[in-house]
Amino acid sequence: MATPVIGNATTTVVRQKRLSESYVGEWLMTTDHKLIGIMYIVTGFFFFLVGGMEALLIRTQLAAPDAHVLSPQTYNAIFTMHGTTMIFLFVIPVLTGFGNYIVPLMIGARDMAFPRLNAFGYWVLLFGGIFIQSSFLFGAPPDGGWFLYAPLNLTNAGCTVHATACTNGMNADFWALGVLMLGVSSIAGSVNFVVTILKLRAPGMSINRMPLFTWMVLVTSFLLLFALPSLTAAAGLLLLDRHAGTHFYQYAFGGDPLLWQHLFWSFGHPEVYILILPVFGMISEILPVFSHKPIFGYTFIAWSGVAIGFLSFTVWAHHMFAVGLPPIAQAFFATSTTLIAIPTAVKIFNWIATIFGGKISFKVPMLFALGFVAMFLIGGLNGAALAVVPFDYQVTDTYFVVAHLHYVLFGGTVFGVFAGTYYWFPKMTGKFLGERLGQVQFWLMLIGVNLTFFPMHILGLLGMPRRYYTYAGNLGWNELNLLASIGALTIGLAIMVFLYNVIVSLKNGQVAPDDPWDAFTLEWDTSSPPKKYNFLHIPVVRSRRPFYDKKYPEIADWKTVIH
Amino acid sequence: MRKPLFNGKTRWQVVVAGLLLGSFLLTACGENSPSILNTFGPVAASESFLFYVILIIATIIFVLVEGALIFSIIRYRERPGMPNPRQIHGNLRIEVLWTVIPSIILFIVLFFTIQGLVNVATQPTSSNTLEVRAVGHQWWWEFYYPKYNITTADELHAPVNTIVQVDLYSNNVIHSFWVPALTGKTDVIPGHNNMRWFKADATGTFLGECAEYCGAQHAHMAFHAVIQSSDDFNTWVSTQQQAAVTPSFALAAQGKQIFMGQCTGCHGIVGDNLKGYDDPQVKCNDPAIACLVGPNLTHFGARGLIAGGILTNNRDQCSPGADLLRRCHLAQWLKDPQGIKPGNDMVVNLTDDQIQALVAYLESLN
Ligand code: HEC
Ligand SMILES: [Cu+2]
Repeated sequence: MATPVIGNATTTVVRQKRLSESYVGEWLMTTDHKLIGIMYIVTGFFFFLVGGMEALLIRTQLAAPDAHVLSPQTYNAIFTMHGTTMIFLFVIPVLTGFGNYIVPLMIGARDMAFPRLNAFGYWVLLFGGIFIQSSFLFGAPPDGGWFLYAPLNLTNAGCTVHATACTNGMNADFWALGVLMLGVSSIAGSVNFVVTILKLRAPGMSINRMPLFTWMVLVTSFLLLFALPSLTAAAGLLLLDRHAGTHFYQYAFGGDPLLWQHLFWSFGHPEVYILILPVFGMISEILPVFSHKPIFGYTFIAWSGVAIGFLSFTVWAHHMFAVGLPPIAQAFFATSTTLIAIPTAVKIFNWIATIFGGKISFKVPMLFALGFVAMFLIGGLNGAALAVVPFDYQVTDTYFVVAHLHYVLFGGTVFGVFAGTYYWFPKMTGKFLGERLGQVQFWLMLIGVNLTFFPMHILGLLGMPRRYYTYAGNLGWNELNLLASIGALTIGLAIMVFLYNVIVSLKNGQVAPDDPWDAFTLEWDTSSPPKKYNFLHIPVVRSRRPFYDKKYPEIADWKTVIH
Repeated sequence: MRKPLFNGKTRWQVVVAGLLLGSFLLTACGENSPSILNTFGPVAASESFLFYVILIIATIIFVLVEGALIFSIIRYRERPGMPNPRQIHGNLRIEVLWTVIPSIILFIVLFFTIQGLVNVATQPTSSNTLEVRAVGHQWWWEFYYPKYNITTADELHAPVNTIVQVDLYSNNVIHSFWVPALTGKTDVIPGHNNMRWFKADATGTFLGECAEYCGAQHAHMAFHAVIQSSDDFNTWVSTQQQAAVTPSFALAAQGKQIFMGQCTGCHGIVGDNLKGYDDPQVKCNDPAIACLVGPNLTHFGARGLIAGGILTNNRDQCSPGADLLRRCHLAQWLKDPQGIKPGNDMVVNLTDDQIQALVAYLESLN
């Protein structure tokens, strides 16, 4: 490939500045993957704050029995929007943002394959997010839970034989239309990632030498492409039922409410891995760098990600063990769930083996990455417990499930996202995030997460169902709920520390060199922040750690190992 | 990090204090909880047995893996003058090993899972199986006994040591039937008519809860599973089979009048507006027949809960008097059902005198 020369064009004609050259205009009209990546990340964090406030409202209501902070309707809307916001508007955008920023740099490309499509994906996401949140202004926030089961999501007329209280208002329409918009954004993003990763890698970077973050983004993109159609179908049929008089989910007219659950979870389970696989990738980048060792068992980690991807399409009904499927079907889904636990376990062992025998420097990204491993293990173990079907009959739809999903999504994904943020912030901004404040944030979060979510296991065992807007004081749930609420406040405090850190560091943070962590991958072989064109010369790759090779030519990987 | 968070001396104090605090909290709560570990029947027992199996396995794995993690963190922390570590890229043999070992453990768990699954699924055949139809309404439970043709609400009565087969029916949204002490959940799905069996080994009253989000008052859709000796159960059945008693005093008679005037659109009382009990599944499955949206009140006075357990039925506080509204939960319910359970289907507008009369009548129905 010929390397185009950039940067020597001189303008002689004096002309007016275009809108795209002003500061605001540049952000609005950019197709640069780095700017779009940052916009995704900032948008995601904004919605993280929104979802976080909702979480604090929930924990305030539940801090004491028989509380009246929120009315039942409001509480139901708040927990629905908490889940919807965190999953669709925080985790997916933030991970897409990191992918956008980092992947082209990691693979030695100058941009994503389709820069305009990339911008399109971002703007659809932003408007979709605003659309869903605007439901609050119309007094009709979605309130059917983030998985919005049928027939509760139908209009009263369609919901039942004798009209009862279903969802007559626009609440469910906001959800369905919003999710459809976000789906469009995700499809655009995923197609772009797939093509970029398959087609734009630097010379010498075979699939087998791709950084693991890139690997996981690739797997995630395929997951989205194959999983989203079923969510689209579910939401489309819902809108038809609600507005066109069809009866897909209405048993009284020969439809079936369970159709929704099958469609939703066929999307929803791959979705769970969509929310965690890129984070696996981040962790697999960060642990080696701060251990001064390569990742242990690259092939196992990469292919276990692929295995998880495939298997994630076969486990959806483990969200439905209580719906009365025939035992043989339940046994099948218990087995597939058991199988998917294996590649996940393998990853954890590989991570520990990576730091084992290393030289570990406890910079903040590393703290979060280690915290991730420790917390995700808990999420894996209580997840394996949920696959024990008879036990699941007792704890499904209780706080035990809430504990599990938050150990995975908060202890896992959020810790990983912060690891990534502290790791790549110097690359993106040219400034370090404050180390001391980062440590404070880490410890507050570690304590907060366990204080909030560990008691929920016990609450589940003590029979507290999820999605109850209040509970009686004589059931033995009071202390644990109070503890969880205190934990939530601690997490809130940690997030405040983070925001403060970002502001202070952007203003007068320590200036970061191009390669602040002595890292291995190509994104660090650029200036901090990188130039518009990323690389002046497209690098040539000879191993899995191209930048390491370049810095330490005598002990380069390609001299000692073949891969 | 130059300053370690805690040094060797304080480390153990912190850990011990944490453990003490933890066990203190655990003992402080849970006495009256509908705990899944405090079981009174074979279904719930085999479910909680599996919890202990997985708890032991998970604890061992947890300790080993977190131990390895913490060991590596401490042992391989960067120290001044430390040389660069060996660049190890992997080891196929070890990796195969730690793929195989968890697989074996997981398949052992899977064995227990499938065994338990079959246990819980197969309903033992027994000649004196009691069949109960549980109907999920928004937001209360109705129970119909086809064999005895009786209907009640908020309370599922069953004899001890008997197989109870619960047919689950809903004509509205999805609910989930759950009595933690007796059995795990089975969803109540319109059009699916699931079934759940259980058996209780002991008499007593156990809390049942709705466990699938079903709208505004999902949190208040509880019921009591009342497990009785078979004599007590038979007595209960025969009283339930009677029509409502004729009021024996003037205030109650007045209450009956008011009931007939204002409440029969939603509630039924056998002997007043109903000739006999109906099978709710038959009535509520047919769009052409009116299905009463409120609980059958024929023997309301004998029940322990009001409106999905949002209040208890404290009869002994319900004798007529000026402060009735302060004492008596039923009176409070009749005064302001929307304030007590916002969003529920009962809307009434009663004077305090009417409430006195209605309370007298309804609490006399036992
Ligand atoms: C519009 C329909 C409607 C009318 C009219 C109505 N109710 Fe109700 N009632 C209900 C519903 C529905 C419930 C159950 C509410 C729940 O638990 O969510 C209920 C519950 C009750 C209960 C508690 C029953 C139990 O077992 O939990 C009592 C007692 C009661 N109503 C009495 C009355 C009386 C007395 C009147 C007449 C003055 C009346 N209701 C009028 C719909 C109605
Ligand atoms: Cu319910």
